[in-house]
Amino acid sequence: MDWQGQKHSEFLMQILLVVFAVVAFAVGYAIESFQMMILIYASGVLLTALITVPNWPFFNRHPLKWLDPSEADR
Amino acid sequence: MHSYVYRLNTLVTFAAVLLAVLCCAASFLDAFNSPSVRAHAEVIKVNRFRKQLSGNDEVSLTLNISMDLRSLFTWNTKQVFVFLAAEYETSKNSLNQISLWDYIIRDKDHAKFQAQVASKYPLIDQGSNLRGKKVEFVLHWHVMPSTGRMIVDKMALSKFYLPEAYT
Repeated sequence: MDWQGQKHSEFLMQILLVVFAVVAFAVGYAIESFQMMILIYASGVLLTALITVPNWPFFNRHPLKWLDPSEADR
Repeated sequence: MHSYVYRLNTLVTFAAVLLAVLCCAASFLDAFNSPSVRAHAEVIKVNRFRKQLSGNDEVSLTLNISMDLRSLFTWNTKQVFVFLAAEYETSKNSLNQISLWDYIIRDKDHAKFQAQVASKYPLIDQGSNLRGKKVEFVLHWHVMPSTGRMIVDKMALSKFYLPEAYT
């Protein structure tokens, strides 16, 4: 990932986790099921992990410009 | 956030913190539950009342108990442990509490019932003081939540006088 990608990934992770936590609590409270709350939250955590942890290409839209090897040697 | 291991660590930590917040919130809402319990217990028959070889009195009863504990259950309740205790006073102990019967209620549907039960555990005194003794039945309950603090409460039901002589 590049720097912008890292920033996006961290931001996405925080937002997604908080949203899933709030939704899980609201749904669990509404249908009076503690198990449902835990299930929704756990699946939310897994989904967030899938989106933000691996090195997806859309996190690499602003790649760093490294110098050419021949230039650096000089 | 350079490597995926770093991101995974951050995610797991943050997810655990949010899980703790969720559990605290669920437990906190329990405090707003104001339950109203109704229960009744009466003795149908004294099965056995004798003096053991050790010198202690022993009583076995058959009781008719009915209770409505549905208001104790919230979405955060795992189970309710309820037991019926016989309480009385002797010259040796200012308070004796003996559990006669207990039960685990796992969900709200089973929380209202009526049953005729023989006491699960015998009432054995420390000594020989039970003849003609006034015994009070107190229903105790422990509400065990999925997360959070266990709530313990009780309710006095009725009084009963044991027979004057052994049966």
